[in-house]
Amino acid sequence: MPSLKDLKNRIASVKSTRKITKAMQMVAAAKLRRAQDAAEAARPYTERFNAVMAGLSQAAEGSPSAPKLLAGTGSDNTHLLVVMTAERGLCGGFNANIAKLARQHAKKLLAEGKTVKILTVGKKGRDSMRRDLGDHFVGHIDMSGVKRMSYADAQKVAKDVLNRFDASEFDIATMFFARFENVVSQHPTAQQIIPAKFEAAADANTANMLYDYEPSEEAILADLLPRGVATQIFAALLENAASEQGARMSAMDNATRNAGDMIDDLTIEYNRSRQAKITNELIEIISGAEAL
Amino acid sequence: MADTLQFDLVSPERRLASVEASEVQIPGADGDLTAMAGHAPTITTLRPGVLKVVRNGGTDEYVVLGGFAEITATSVSVLAESALPRGEMTQEVFNTMMSDAHAEMTKAKEVFDNEPGPVDDAAKLIADMVAVGTHIGLDPKQSNFG
Repeated sequence: MPSLKDLKNRIASVKSTRKITKAMQMVAAAKLRRAQDAAEAARPYTERFNAVMAGLSQAAEGSPSAPKLLAGTGSDNTHLLVVMTAERGLCGGFNANIAKLARQHAKKLLAEGKTVKILTVGKKGRDSMRRDLGDHFVGHIDMSGVKRMSYADAQKVAKDVLNRFDASEFDIATMFFARFENVVSQHPTAQQIIPAKFEAAADANTANMLYDYEPSEEAILADLLPRGVATQIFAALLENAASEQGARMSAMDNATRNAGDMIDDLTIEYNRSRQAKITNELIEIISGAEAL
Repeated sequence: MADTLQFDLVSPERRLASVEASEVQIPGADGDLTAMAGHAPTITTLRPGVLKVVRNGGTDEYVVLGGFAEITATSVSVLAESALPRGEMTQEVFNTMMSDAHAEMTKAKEVFDNEPGPVDDAAKLIADMVAVGTHIGLDPKQSNFG
């Protein structure tokens, strides 16, 4: 049975933990709003871009001169997995879920006899995958200095990926990130970025229109495809940032609630043992008086 | 109104403008072009330059870097990789962009020793940047690059 003093200390410590988690939850909520706004602001660009690219790539797909970024290298022996996770922990299963999906994917490819290379973005994914897949790491991009995800950050990742592609280091690139559904659910997602796939938006009429291309269609496609990769990576990074904050917010909400329950239990225990002590003392006094 | 078109300027990070315009002057990769209502549907890539929007109540200018424009009879959408209202384009911002361009050039020279293509591209980028700077009255040589 812990002493009264121990219990009291314990309650105080849980109380201060609760304060911290509560503060973290509120910070995450504020950051989540900003991350959502950023994702919202990027949407028009991404949608337009994909609509145009869908039209362009449809036309180019059949032709033998289609760029490699679109048509692929013709083989699928070497896969690059771009695993995007957070730089910080304390956000529930966020990092673990992405790493898990990537790991499953890697194991499947390895079982099929393919070569797997892993590029990690964000420290946490790297840490959690190092033990079993560390041999496959080919690079890491640090995002710890990034406060607000900007397009330049996405370009940095894209450039790394594209340089590797140009050097024929891999055939197919897939990125892993968490798609933001709402505050309580984020879905780890795998998306193929090279060879590029563009999903046309719902309004397909833009794709059907006959455009004049200036300079040539091929030149535009060659110019835009690398940008398309950057755009997709940017969208994924923004989704990921929103998901991270959402996950952290609900994780911290849970932690705050748990701390509250714990404080209640400890307080009851504290009161009970204090009462027991008082009763004990009274009995001693009374029995002492009776003995006289 | 039949003689205006819907103009949208979006960069990956934000939507800069969405207005009714009567004409839009676009710095296309193959030369400047002006889009007015009824323009044939066109897609063109952009070179670094100044984009000018004439609309009811004045003209707006934006500095755009890379990207493309989609022109239809009733609308112009410019998707710029990086875009700034001219007012926000200060010497400081310009210097950063110039130094990026120069860094790109240096890198291109290192990596593609025997292929002139990328080096030429980088040189053209710098030339375009200098032209932009001169156009809006910023000094491209203020920052010291060899």
